[in-house]
Amino acid sequence: MPGGALSRPPPAMAGRLHQLRKRLFSNWFDGIVTLLAGAALVSIVVNLVDWAFLNAVWSEADVSQCREVSGACWSVIDARGRLVLFGLYPFDQHWRSTLACLIIVITMILSCLPALWGIKRLSALWIAGFGTFVVLMYGGIFGLSVVTTEQWGGLSLTVFIFAGVFVLGMPMAVGLALARRSKLPVIHWLAAIFIDTVRSLPLLTILFAAAVVVPFVVPQWAQGDKLGRVVVAFAIFYAAYQAEIIRAGIQSIPSGQEEAAQALGMNYRSVVLDIILPQAFRNTLPSTINQVVITFKETSIVTIIGFFDVTASASAAVGRGEWGAYYIEIYVFVALIYFVFVFGLSRYGAYLERRTRLHHG
Amino acid sequence: MLRVLRNRRTRGYVIQAAVLAASLLLTLSFVLTARDNLVSQGIATGFGFLDRSTGWPINFSIIEATDRSPYSRMLLAGFLNTILVGLAGLACATCVGLAVGLMRVSSNLILNVLGTVFVETFRNVPLILQVIFWYAILTHMPSPRAAIDLAGLGFLSNRGLMLAAPAWSALDLAIIALSIIAALFAAHRFGGTRPLAPWGLALAGIVALSVVLLFLGHEPEMPLISQPELRGLRFVGGVTIKPEFSALLIAIMAFGGAYIGEVVRGGFLSVDKGRLEAARALGLSNAQINRFIRIPLAIRAMLPALTNQYVWLMKATTLGIAIGYPDYFMVVSTSINQSGQTMELLLLLMVGFLLINYTISGTMNWINGRLAIKGRS
Repeated sequence: MPGGALSRPPPAMAGRLHQLRKRLFSNWFDGIVTLLAGAALVSIVVNLVDWAFLNAVWSEADVSQCREVSGACWSVIDARGRLVLFGLYPFDQHWRSTLACLIIVITMILSCLPALWGIKRLSALWIAGFGTFVVLMYGGIFGLSVVTTEQWGGLSLTVFIFAGVFVLGMPMAVGLALARRSKLPVIHWLAAIFIDTVRSLPLLTILFAAAVVVPFVVPQWAQGDKLGRVVVAFAIFYAAYQAEIIRAGIQSIPSGQEEAAQALGMNYRSVVLDIILPQAFRNTLPSTINQVVITFKETSIVTIIGFFDVTASASAAVGRGEWGAYYIEIYVFVALIYFVFVFGLSRYGAYLERRTRLHHG
Repeated sequence: MLRVLRNRRTRGYVIQAAVLAASLLLTLSFVLTARDNLVSQGIATGFGFLDRSTGWPINFSIIEATDRSPYSRMLLAGFLNTILVGLAGLACATCVGLAVGLMRVSSNLILNVLGTVFVETFRNVPLILQVIFWYAILTHMPSPRAAIDLAGLGFLSNRGLMLAAPAWSALDLAIIALSIIAALFAAHRFGGTRPLAPWGLALAGIVALSVVLLFLGHEPEMPLISQPELRGLRFVGGVTIKPEFSALLIAIMAFGGAYIGEVVRGGFLSVDKGRLEAARALGLSNAQINRFIRIPLAIRAMLPALTNQYVWLMKATTLGIAIGYPDYFMVVSTSINQSGQTMELLLLLMVGFLLINYTISGTMNWINGRLAIKGRS
């Protein structure tokens, strides 16, 4: 803490070392806690490093050593990693799956740039990114062979569900939020009942209904394939939560702004698109990112209704005999994949939150 | 001007009528298609199937439910399983969350680091992956013959956790219940502001009397506590906690604990610094500040967020189906597969979860109302 020479505390009290001492050994009880917790922390770190790096076996060729060492047997990733990442996607087409995932990741990174924050720009970006993803994965044009959705699996299926839910769910959420704020009572109440019902049900039951029950209550021609139905149902679920976030954002805007816009003769479309929504989104950016993070994690639920996403393929990779003993390594590997996505996104959300707080003082 | 108003009004009516008609038509078409499908499969609608026996068992239940039980009993067993794992999960997650949250707001650097590592690890991995992971760990434990001995408390094997359990008869339960009532009465009668000695004596007397009664009423070969014992290939006696239940509980505890930890931290950080400084200026000690200022204010700030977490965690118990824990959702979905009574069962499923959600949020709102500082919203 530089500056203010006269009012500074005596040198012995300032400085890093003193700060550290105060945060570790401020009194005898604190000291004991520090020693015990420190010992626990050190033992966790030492054991982890020991298991994951020092005593680990790395390549599939050395798999025979796995039984002898006490550490991790990463050979299983070497041997089964492709299954986890690509599922049942045809082996010689794996590059398409990789490229498609990269495109969505790039789309996500691009939409974090404030220069692209605009309703038209973001919509165009996501429709382009998602469209390219689907064309690459499904094929059928540009000489790419057709790969049906039953063969999609692994990380690209997780990414597809996530991106699909986001692209479909966001416009639905805006629609629901506006409907719930409508002055027409029928529209308002229908939207309110719909949103509250969806929000009170577990996601799993909604996906289950889409996969199993919809064929039962919807005529054959309107059913679509199972993956499509599940993505739409998931998008509805996301939209119900996102709609409430957007509604909170709209309510945080002083009503004078809407009235002023109307007084200037702007029509409803223009008031919503140019005045209300941009501010509503900016005000609720942290909650929106939080919801996106939760959605990414919850894509793993499709495992239960029989899709081969990255969680399901992890279980499949260790399900059969020969690699069954190394289940921890596979699950840790998949957990790391989720961690990278989710941790990255939530750090970005925290950064945005700090930024908005600074701007608002 | 009037015409414009009338036009806008008419337009509003037309839009509303159209939307209403469309939603009704959609619902009607669902119902009609469903009825066609039911007729073609020869399934009778209505709730008559609830009295039929199921013909399939579930592997875990706290009430008697076998493959000959009717659907109604099976659904009740599933519902109770959901409540059981949900309440146990909420309790454990709250304890873990409280510990982790306090670690994160503590002034001790090492505790901060430990708390942060815990939160970031368990919050950023999907719950279902954690459930599957813990289930894999628990089912890879040694077989009952080589079970791990937990120092007299019980045994851990791939069949579950076998714990010593109280083996109480109805008489024992009556004695225990009576003594608890007597103790509460003593506390009420002699407690409060009066000196400690008389009601402490009364309490000790009640405890001693009930212990003597419990031992007198027992034959020597019938122990009060039943210990699990290895007989052949499996354990007999005590109580067995199945790996399905434990895995779901551990996962909810860790995942929920991480989220609740953040709620707790948020609650403590929301306490205005000025109030703490004012308390210090008034000469309150650190313990007094914590007890009278910081904790009461933090709890009030936490409650709304905590309610959301509780409702969310309760819904998350449905993930138990991934490892075969027979919760309400699993029983309902099996029933749909087996009986084909899709619409009725879906309705029951929705009603069940609405009931749980509204009970939790109602209770939490009641607590919130009781705790709210008077004169402020």
